[in-house]
Amino acid sequence: MAQFYYHFPILQVLIPFVSAPLCVVIGRSTVSWVIAFFASIASLIISVSLLSSVSDGSSISYHLGGWAPPIGIEYVVDSANALLLCLVAGVSTIALMYARDQLREEVEEKHHTLFYTCYLLCLTGLLGVLITGDIFNVFVFLEISSLSTYVLIAQGAKRDKRALKAAFNYLILGTVGATFFVIGVGYLYMATGSLNMADISLRLNNMESNRTVQVAFAFIAIGMGLKVAIFPLHAWLPNAYTFAPSVVSIFLSATATKVSIYVIIRFSFSIFGKEGDLIQDIFILLAAPLAIIAMFSMSIVAIFQKDIKRMLAYSSLAQIGYMLLGISFFSKSGLTATFVTLFNHGITKASLFMSLGAFVCVTGGSFLKDLSGIGRRMPFTAIAFIIGCLSLIGVPGTAGFISKWLLVEAALGRGLSFIAVLIILSSLLSIIYVWRVIEHLFFSESKLKFEHSKISFRIVIPLWILSLSCIYFGLDTSLVIDASETAAESLFDNSLVAE
Amino acid sequence: MQQIQLLISLSILLPFLACVSNVVLNGQKNLRDTVTFIISLITFLLVVMVCLEFNDGNIADLTLFSVMPGLDIAFKVEPLGLLFALIASGLWIVTHVYAIGYMRGNNEKHHSRFFACFSLAIGTTLGLAFSKNLFTLFIFYELLTLSTFPLVAHKGTAEALRGAKTYLAILLGTSVGFQLLAIIAVYFFAGTLDFTPQGVLRGSVSNLQAATLLALFAFGVGKAALMPFHRWLPAAMVAPTPVSALLHAVAVVKAGVFTILKVGIYIFGIDFMSVSGISDWLIWLATFSILAASIIAITKDNLKARLAYSTVSQLSYITLGVALADSLGAIAGGLHIATHAFGKITLFMCAGSIYIATHKTNISDMSGLGRKMPITFAAFCIGALSIIGLPPFAGSWSKWLLVLSAIETEYIVIVAALMISSLLNVYYLLSVVSAGFFGVTVDRENDPSQGIQEAPIFCWLPTVVTAVGCFLLFFYAGGIREFLIPITMK
Repeated sequence: MAQFYYHFPILQVLIPFVSAPLCVVIGRSTVSWVIAFFASIASLIISVSLLSSVSDGSSISYHLGGWAPPIGIEYVVDSANALLLCLVAGVSTIALMYARDQLREEVEEKHHTLFYTCYLLCLTGLLGVLITGDIFNVFVFLEISSLSTYVLIAQGAKRDKRALKAAFNYLILGTVGATFFVIGVGYLYMATGSLNMADISLRLNNMESNRTVQVAFAFIAIGMGLKVAIFPLHAWLPNAYTFAPSVVSIFLSATATKVSIYVIIRFSFSIFGKEGDLIQDIFILLAAPLAIIAMFSMSIVAIFQKDIKRMLAYSSLAQIGYMLLGISFFSKSGLTATFVTLFNHGITKASLFMSLGAFVCVTGGSFLKDLSGIGRRMPFTAIAFIIGCLSLIGVPGTAGFISKWLLVEAALGRGLSFIAVLIILSSLLSIIYVWRVIEHLFFSESKLKFEHSKISFRIVIPLWILSLSCIYFGLDTSLVIDASETAAESLFDNSLVAE
Repeated sequence: MQQIQLLISLSILLPFLACVSNVVLNGQKNLRDTVTFIISLITFLLVVMVCLEFNDGNIADLTLFSVMPGLDIAFKVEPLGLLFALIASGLWIVTHVYAIGYMRGNNEKHHSRFFACFSLAIGTTLGLAFSKNLFTLFIFYELLTLSTFPLVAHKGTAEALRGAKTYLAILLGTSVGFQLLAIIAVYFFAGTLDFTPQGVLRGSVSNLQAATLLALFAFGVGKAALMPFHRWLPAAMVAPTPVSALLHAVAVVKAGVFTILKVGIYIFGIDFMSVSGISDWLIWLATFSILAASIIAITKDNLKARLAYSTVSQLSYITLGVALADSLGAIAGGLHIATHAFGKITLFMCAGSIYIATHKTNISDMSGLGRKMPITFAAFCIGALSIIGLPPFAGSWSKWLLVLSAIETEYIVIVAALMISSLLNVYYLLSVVSAGFFGVTVDRENDPSQGIQEAPIFCWLPTVVTAVGCFLLFFYAGGIREFLIPITMK
């Protein structure tokens, strides 16, 4: 048993990875779903146990194949990535619970097994990016998740052919991003001769002015910036989220961008951390203004969207601004705020996309006019949607409130009270775009005839799990905040940046 | 758990139970309304029992759980909150009876939703009244906004939706925009959000910071309807009248000024405000708000709109009481919560009765109606006299104390302004009464008031009860004042 437990870090990634081809071999939709579901649950159980064993601030190092680093590949688990492992595996499980019925509506029957295969590969990639301690390995897993994501988005073509274009667009930009990233990795290898994160971090001592290292950081930051969809590198995201099947939107919005942000944090603090000054300058002079622009411009764009799915996508872009802002404070409290936001926004946005998906099942469209008056027909779904909206705004008692609170506190902690004001102001914009929808749900007369307004409990249950967790994590915050604080602390101790 | 803690949690919980029972008993309207009535009675009794326990010296302090270190959801009983809870739960009984008469007499739809949200709003009001710290208060403050939104939008017409949107935009906008920022800043500077006698901010902030924080609170508590953030109150008048009566004359607006009082007394501290002079500007703004709203009220022909602006003006009395930074002023503010509640709820319920009986909303159409509906107009007259501040009605005492406080703090101009405001009150309130009793209907041949009779008993009885309350409160105001004195003591 102890032996088994020891292998948890690799099993985490391996289980979904092996299950993926199994789905293809078996080739039956229901069986594939069962396989995917159980693989995802296994990952979830493992990540929760990993989180509990590193919650005291320690870290687990696992050597792949017994080869010691820096030669071999090392998997490292600390509270920073363990928290996100839980988020990714958890959202993936809940999205799969929901996928069974939803997929019948949105994806052609013959593609179901391949859908689950790609879904599992995407999960593998995301978990792998989080857990690995090897920078080339990050690239490999990133590509596994990206390639499968392109396929998943294209599956939305049954509902709307524009999904193909959105997927292609993302393919181009995603590949550019990945290429930039791998170029950066190459430069870094050139300068240090190592691919192991901890090792590179040591070797980067006294190399502040090395041009190669600086260029490496630039390439990596821009490459990941594309993946995160940092303003102005966000062009691919709205279409991808809008035209993808609901299950994919749920999964991606809650995990993919979050994982990329994690990579940025990991590189900035654990690896380039010794370069403190340079990176701090880049964040304060470049990232913080971009983050603030994103918070406002994307929220304003969201206000004018007629398609609610697209509106949620723009809202995600605004939220990415918050996360980036938290990083650019360059303080422990700022980093804590970012980690909490990563988690809380993940579940919030997943619950919103999920309830929207349930509406679309009934109405056939996600435009504002399609949703008129549907709140009275589907009260349970609509209430779940409202809870998600309240969390997005940051109403107290919901998860979103906690992240906003921490972010504002971090801003005040750095003496940046005008930024605290800006954060609050931008959340006012979210009230506007969210309330427009709620009003339509309940107070306008519906013009459509609903074919069937009953939805199955298999959609309602996962939806309510997410909605209630939006409230739960708004009230019992110790779990997320403790893990985030430990994460922020351990990332900071590795770098020279002074608090 | 001690008895008093049980009482507090029960009194907050019961209205939520009423909300559930309203949803469950959707079909059986008589049973549903009776159950809510009984629950409202029990809730009131529970609050009275809390009051008795508190007078026996039992300290009630109940922490439900901790969200983050320093951020607890906790309740604590103190005189001001107790007074507010007593008023809200007591008037709930009266208004519930009135609402039954109004909703049925007026053939409104969606009764279940209406009564469910109504109970929810009362529950959150009680939670707000018993809050131990700013964080708990803020949660209930936001819940109150959200739970009253469906009530404002109740009719579902375009006009109702527009009004409800303004309502929500201003209340949610100011609270998230200013108040939340202020709360986080208080937490950041003082390290605690607990309501502490003499305040928590003294010594940890500079005067400029304190003045900024006070501004954030004064504007952030949109429910206090301080100009220029008062627009939501007239907009909310599209709601059915029972809502305007209990929520927009008592629960919601009083929650606003209650928050201002709590923040002034327990976060800033009266002494700190008085010494540092950070609230001087607020005195002038509140006075401006008092006079400007009174003048606007005169121009309104719609009775409910006129009453709404009158409320805006009266709320600023309480804000003024805090801003004067004087213990007498704070007590006057607390007392005014009680006296204005009784006066204004009477006026609103009368306005609703008139609407049910005649379907008239404009004052110019009400000539001569008083002769047809004597009870309603008599009650209106008593409510008006109490708001104006004439003895022997309750409103006279709070105004009296406020004037005394203004003299004590040497703001003689404010005294003059208060007097002018009283005269304006006389004009815009008593003109309704005089039109009702002495007005002549121009067209005697087709007298439109023919066939009009008094509103149903469910409607006029509650108005009589609150009107009598205005009268009785005159004699018990001294007791309330005694009760409130501890809030400003060290």
